[in-house]
Amino acid sequence: MRNITAQATAAAAMPAGSDVAVEVRGIAKMYNEVEALRSIDLDFPRGKLTTLLGPSGCGKTTLLKIIAGLIPATAGEIRVNGKVVTGPGPERAFVFQDFALMPWATVMRNVAFGLELKGMGKDERQAIAARYIGEVGLAGFEDKYPHELSGGMRQRVGLARAFAVNADVLLLDEPFSAVDEQNRRKFQEDLLELVEKEKKTFIFVTHSIEEAVYCSDRIIILSRRPGRIAQIIEPEIDRSASPDAIRRDQSYLDTVEEIWQGLKRYVD
Amino acid sequence: MTLFGYRVPMMASLIVWCVVWELVGRSGVMFLIPPLSDVLVAAVALVQTGTWQAAALTTLNSFLLGMALSIVVGVVLGVLMGRFPAIDNLLGIWVNIFVSAPLSALVPVLMILFGMGETTVVVTVFLFAVWIIVLDTRAGIQGVPNSLIEMGRSYGASKFALYYKIILLAALPEILAGIRLGVIRGVKGVVIGQLLVSIIGYGELFELYSRNFDMENFWALTIILFAAAMLLSAIIESIEKRVDYYAGVR
Repeated sequence: MRNITAQATAAAAMPAGSDVAVEVRGIAKMYNEVEALRSIDLDFPRGKLTTLLGPSGCGKTTLLKIIAGLIPATAGEIRVNGKVVTGPGPERAFVFQDFALMPWATVMRNVAFGLELKGMGKDERQAIAARYIGEVGLAGFEDKYPHELSGGMRQRVGLARAFAVNADVLLLDEPFSAVDEQNRRKFQEDLLELVEKEKKTFIFVTHSIEEAVYCSDRIIILSRRPGRIAQIIEPEIDRSASPDAIRRDQSYLDTVEEIWQGLKRYVD
Repeated sequence: MTLFGYRVPMMASLIVWCVVWELVGRSGVMFLIPPLSDVLVAAVALVQTGTWQAAALTTLNSFLLGMALSIVVGVVLGVLMGRFPAIDNLLGIWVNIFVSAPLSALVPVLMILFGMGETTVVVTVFLFAVWIIVLDTRAGIQGVPNSLIEMGRSYGASKFALYYKIILLAALPEILAGIRLGVIRGVKGVVIGQLLVSIIGYGELFELYSRNFDMENFWALTIILFAAAMLLSAIIESIEKRVDYYAGVR
């Protein structure tokens, strides 16, 4: 585990030698009189899974949506692959907390929807969608409607839709919070496999410490409102071990404990 | 429904009331109510006459025109009000006044504006039907989950695609409910419009039969109208059920 303190953020913002996919520069966000985020500077290394973790109301989802281009920042700028973000773009794909599936469309149409909006032909987009439906483990459910699926399966549809558009950066907003505990564990394991396979940059918002430590290459801990970077932690966990071994690993448990000690003061 | 332990089919109550009507008619206590059987015989004869067919056609024509107009205007206004608070503030008060206003009182004024012909009837249908469609569409649009809209934006939907691929479909159950209620009000509108103009279509026949106390034909006309209105409403309801099924989990 590598612990980078807040004071050293500026130095640590650019990890030496690694390629940066998303740069966050001086981002601040005001909602009327409420200050949600204050001067955030961050780099998200390419091909890694970085987690934004923090107490509720710390602005982690706000930061993710600013990166997505869904809400404007009050100050500062976001660069993705070196280009300044002015709105949503094809190099970023979003996975929603409440899945955001179209209830009137089948799994196939939902997964292919990003491609449909790009104007891709039906056969072509369905072939791509079918591949990702298979990859997230939903083969055979192509013609089902969202309400016929469990919460975990619905979020797999959301994930497949994000993969299908072949974006460089995947933004996941608490993707497992509406999924029950057992399905969540299985889903986390599958997600790690997909991270390994797809070689994309993942930015992941969660409020679960265990989930963050289990999945992430890097954890950014935000303080309570106004959200600032409190701590950056890189859990150095051997992911070649089995999922169950990881969850019993001493370094995993130590990291969870350390983060909890840091976050405890924010809990009422 | 069960009664005294026996299962009673749904239409049973209708049969009971038909029998009551028949008995009251046959007893002859009120000349306003002829026996139901006579009314049905009159109805069969009536629909074969040229007068009825011409009247029905005129009425249907005014009704369909008025409804088409109120669906287009109602949905467009409802979407605008649901999406843009400024427009909602501007028009909200008028829509709410008109949805509950006694519109029949306005028909004579409309007659001055639009003449004694079909135009007045079309406008009456429109005024009866449009407001509830506006209100229901507005409610449906406001109920579209924000994440669905964000989803469309983040996957690069154009303004146009956002509306016709996501927002309108997500609001479809409420829009259809509004149209169903609008259709029922529209049927009222067409008859009231024609009665007050009283020289065309169904209104002319109503006027003719009631003035001459031709009660068999009067009731036959009423029953046909009720049946038509219920049939229309049932058709839309069945579409609604299919849509609700898919929109079940939002």
